Amino acid sequence: MRLLGLSRKDTRFLLIVIFLTMATPILLQPFPEGSGLATFNAGYPDLMQRFAIFGIFAIGFNILFGLTGYLSFGHAAFLGVGSYTVVWMYKLLDYNVVYGLPLAVAVSAVFAVVIGYVSLRRSGIYFSILTLAFAQMSYNLAYSVLTPLTNGETGLQVYGNDPQVLLGATEANSPHFFGWVMNDNFWEPVIGGWKFTFNNGYYFTAIIAIIAFYVSLRIFRSPFGLMLRAIKTNQTRLNYTGINTRPYTLAAFVISGMYAGLAGGLMAAMDPLAGAERMQWTASGEVVLMTILGGAGTLMGPILGAGFIKYFENIFSKINDSVLHGWFGFLPDGLEDFLIGVSHFFVGKSWHLTLGLLFMLVVVFLPGGLVEGGQRIAAMFRKKSGGKDDAAHQPKPAPHVAE
Amino acid sequence: MDAIILQILNGLDKGSAYALIALGLTLIFGTLGVVNFAHGALFMIGAFVAVSLQRLFGMSFEQIDETKTDFLGNPLKVNVPYVDSWFGPDVGEWLIDWSVPLAILVAIPVMLLVGFVMERGLIKHFYKRPHADQILVTFGLAIVLQELIKYFFGANPIQTGAPDAFTGSFDFGRLIGFDPNVIIYPYWRLVYFAFAAVVIGAVFSFLRFTTFGMVVRAGMADRETVELLGINIDRRFTIMFGIAAAVAGIAGVMYTPILAPNYHMGMDFLVLSFVVVVVGGMGSLPGAVAAGFLLGILQSFASMNEIKAIVPGIDQVIIYLVAIIILLTRPRGLLGRAGVMED
Amino acid sequence: MSKTNFTRRGLIKTGAATGAGLALPTIFTSGAMGFTNEPTGSTVKLGFNVPQTGPYAEEGLDELRAQELAVEHINGIGDGGMLNTFSSKVLDGTGILGKKVEFVTGDTQTKSDAARASAKSMIEKDGVLMINGGSSSGVAVAVQSLCQDAGIMFMAGLTHSNDTTGKDRKANGFRHFFNAYMSAAALGPVLKNVYGTDRRAYHLTADYTWGWTQQESIQASTEAIGWETVNNVLTPVGAGDFSSYITPVLQSGADVLILNHYGGDMVNSLSQAVQFGLRDAMANGKQFEIVVPLYSELMAAGAGDNIKGVYGSMNWNWQLTDEGTQAFVKSFGEKFGRPPSGSAHTCYVQTILYADAVTRAGAFNPCAVVEALEGFEFDGLGNGPTLYRAEDHQCFKDVLVMKGAENPTTEYDNLEIVEVTPVDQVIYPPNHPMFGGDEASLGECNDGA
Repeated sequence: MRLLGLSRKDTRFLLIVIFLTMATPILLQPFPEGSGLATFNAGYPDLMQRFAIFGIFAIGFNILFGLTGYLSFGHAAFLGVGSYTVVWMYKLLDYNVVYGLPLAVAVSAVFAVVIGYVSLRRSGIYFSILTLAFAQMSYNLAYSVLTPLTNGETGLQVYGNDPQVLLGATEANSPHFFGWVMNDNFWEPVIGGWKFTFNNGYYFTAIIAIIAFYVSLRIFRSPFGLMLRAIKTNQTRLNYTGINTRPYTLAAFVISGMYAGLAGGLMAAMDPLAGAERMQWTASGEVVLMTILGGAGTLMGPILGAGFIKYFENIFSKINDSVLHGWFGFLPDGLEDFLIGVSHFFVGKSWHLTLGLLFMLVVVFLPGGLVEGGQRIAAMFRKKSGGKDDAAHQPKPAPHVAE
Repeated sequence: MDAIILQILNGLDKGSAYALIALGLTLIFGTLGVVNFAHGALFMIGAFVAVSLQRLFGMSFEQIDETKTDFLGNPLKVNVPYVDSWFGPDVGEWLIDWSVPLAILVAIPVMLLVGFVMERGLIKHFYKRPHADQILVTFGLAIVLQELIKYFFGANPIQTGAPDAFTGSFDFGRLIGFDPNVIIYPYWRLVYFAFAAVVIGAVFSFLRFTTFGMVVRAGMADRETVELLGINIDRRFTIMFGIAAAVAGIAGVMYTPILAPNYHMGMDFLVLSFVVVVVGGMGSLPGAVAAGFLLGILQSFASMNEIKAIVPGIDQVIIYLVAIIILLTRPRGLLGRAGVMED
Repeated sequence: MSKTNFTRRGLIKTGAATGAGLALPTIFTSGAMGFTNEPTGSTVKLGFNVPQTGPYAEEGLDELRAQELAVEHINGIGDGGMLNTFSSKVLDGTGILGKKVEFVTGDTQTKSDAARASAKSMIEKDGVLMINGGSSSGVAVAVQSLCQDAGIMFMAGLTHSNDTTGKDRKANGFRHFFNAYMSAAALGPVLKNVYGTDRRAYHLTADYTWGWTQQESIQASTEAIGWETVNNVLTPVGAGDFSSYITPVLQSGADVLILNHYGGDMVNSLSQAVQFGLRDAMANGKQFEIVVPLYSELMAAGAGDNIKGVYGSMNWNWQLTDEGTQAFVKSFGEKFGRPPSGSAHTCYVQTILYADAVTRAGAFNPCAVVEALEGFEFDGLGNGPTLYRAEDHQCFKDVLVMKGAENPTTEYDNLEIVEVTPVDQVIYPPNHPMFGGDEASLGECNDGA
């Protein structure tokens, strides 16, 4: 089966991604409510939305970094610009995201053209520091001097006295897409002990994420993508053959900036508040880490990386002593205390440590990132089952690939 | 005029810190070619060596003082430091008072060891790996190190004072013909500046005037040829890594009286130290030092009320603005060598 | 379209058992729900959202300790703490309305985004009815508006900006902590007594919203006692080295330095100001003085000896001698081996007050709880008689003026209470210009139905 100009292999790949994305609310709720392991369930709207949004952010970043090798350390600036644009549209027009999202992409594209044009005059580490400098300037100004525009530390939000000129009398008072209210759940079945949440906002971002993934797939397979890879391999040689590489790198930079702007816009579409911290270098660093952790230059890797980091941030940080007592309560007291003591190093307030260890383990044992881990597991299964031919051509995603 | 001289002093002081951190980083990053995101963590560990030594000297046993009560109304337990009871209160108090300078003696071996272990155990395997992998592994290491420090020392800043002899200020203005008490500057900050000058001078002379330094410099320029000459460059690179860690560490030790150390101070300095190294130019030690002082002084000037009145918020962005201007006018920073980390 | 896609492929993949399950009628539909997270079982969940990483992590941990203690007391474990001294006696140690209290915790990271993500997971995943805690005004305002939109209760933790119950006030949110205006109003008369009326003040202010409201408030109150404001310099958050902002102070002709800083910034700017000899200097023929309007125990500990003799204000301190404070300090001290911090007290009290309000209202519905808390007057939770004002949901009670102790005996009494400023002196009209004026409005209470 071929679809939308993709090869057979890519079509199957896309279909798998679509399936996993659509089934995320079920896949991420593996444990029944009330069981001790329910803490590890991630199928609630906010986290699923974040998986999709940061997936988009990382997919876009990968178009620049994975293909051209240019390591931007300032992509969070576009994320912030996208968010601010959408919230400003809420303030001026109304809560329909249809105005803000395209504008967020456009505004971040403008920013990306300016920053990219200047920064791409240098390469390697000099490029990284230039992008970092631009993003840090944006963050510092947004946090302080530009407060009238950004509402500073508090974050930009909608107030009752904002103009909202298009706001209708019956219109929803939270972000929506022509009445499809992002906060609402269209289906909340409880099956046995399991509870699933099918959220409007998640499916809105999921569909956009699939389109974003499809576009990135097309870019990877296009002559343009090939040119970007050539730049990564040997830019000097390209220059000698008379090709001006600058327009290509700038195009890649702007496209990835637009992805970041879209992701930022969607963050504000799910949650109508834009905080300045999303422009800080730590946020730029986060998307770098997501991409490398998952596997730079692979299609699925960045999405995996985004999922892992967000999962740790949101799930591991919530494991506290009473949860631990719940798990280890059946053990004798001494052993229980010992296990809880050991766990203190890794969960709750120490969730950073687990993340740091994960970074180190992955990079030491899986040089290609999490995607390589998935491939190794796939290879293992193939050996056991005698090896099927088609599996070798299929980029086998890990079970939680939709994250 | 006096205000400008004061800001130059402030700038030199900030610059000393920037230059020292950048010096260590540029040894690892600019010359060994490893993007070391754990460098800030090394600075932080140095600072906590000073904290630990102060705690160690301050370790005490409890004596119950029946005359006072604690917050629950029980008799108050008074802590008596062991060093006081061992060496007598005079020597004991002196040790506690001088724990920060004394920590340098401890920090050098500790940091050398940390550097060796880090290089042999981890970094060695990453020389030939892509920069992206180096970022991930060193960032992971930095997080682990700072979480360990947080686990043992908590998240609050810990006041670690300079010896009493250095509290108070030096009347710098009188030295150059101003009225008394116009330009006064804290002794410890002048000590820090002098200390930075000594360390920078020592590292430079070490690389310039010793055979070891010559070999390392040759190895940076052309590793293969040096190896062909039968020289074990690996071992020398390990030692260089240790030296870089030690420089970062003692910079951290001496900075504790200026900035109360906390577990995430390394991350706070990380971005800045990379900016300084790159502005100085990859692969150039003098460049890193020059950029450190330049950015320190410019930042101090940008913080002046007169300048902030003209450009509000300039002190928030000056470092990044200068970095952009320099990198656009000088493609390889101030004194960078061609071909280092440009791909 | 997405739905059909899901069912078709989902059925193939997920097997018969689940497939059959999908056809079952749903128990939960939005129509059947009375209000957000209505508790149906024998337990009720509260969410404690505090910084566990980042610069305020220690404060967050102390808040968590206090919240844990409050839950124990509500559930009838331990000695009951302040429940014994609280003027309202409806809580009987059997939980809230017969339901046992459970709690979940989260990490705000002191970032608005992370705090909202954590709060959302508590609301969506854990089904909490109330969120309590936090250690920064930006986070408090961000989470407060989230709780308002979601239809659950928010009890702010340590948030001192005027905006929280000023221009950003919300119907579903209450604040037990005091604010910048009240700090300034309490400090003014004390500063007049100790430093006189002829003083020239120089402000260093953290360059973000809390810093600005703090500076605006303290400037107004010091000018009211006759002081002159020489300059106000904004400093970047997390500047670390404040030397370039401190050196111009002595030359400016000022004789008081007011540090509108908090947390690490306060520790560093105060220590460095002392290092630059400001405490020893003479200016205009007077001893130079430093004032830190907002104190917290943990930051005072970080600043060490440098706070000796420096004036500031606090919401509450464990050294108060009223019955409620003593009961709380005893209970907390015996469990954790240290006296509680001010932010711990706020979080403890707010948990108790929420439980009490639900019980008095006889319902968990946030609108009923809001009604029970609005205009509620009580005593016995420290600080004497206390009012939760209906118009802006700000709590009014006595404010403490503190001073760095000259001879602390333990690490916990490095601050001493100078004066307990009566509530009448710090109260202000709800439409005060510093609090959003006439435009500020709580909006309608939201129960999420």
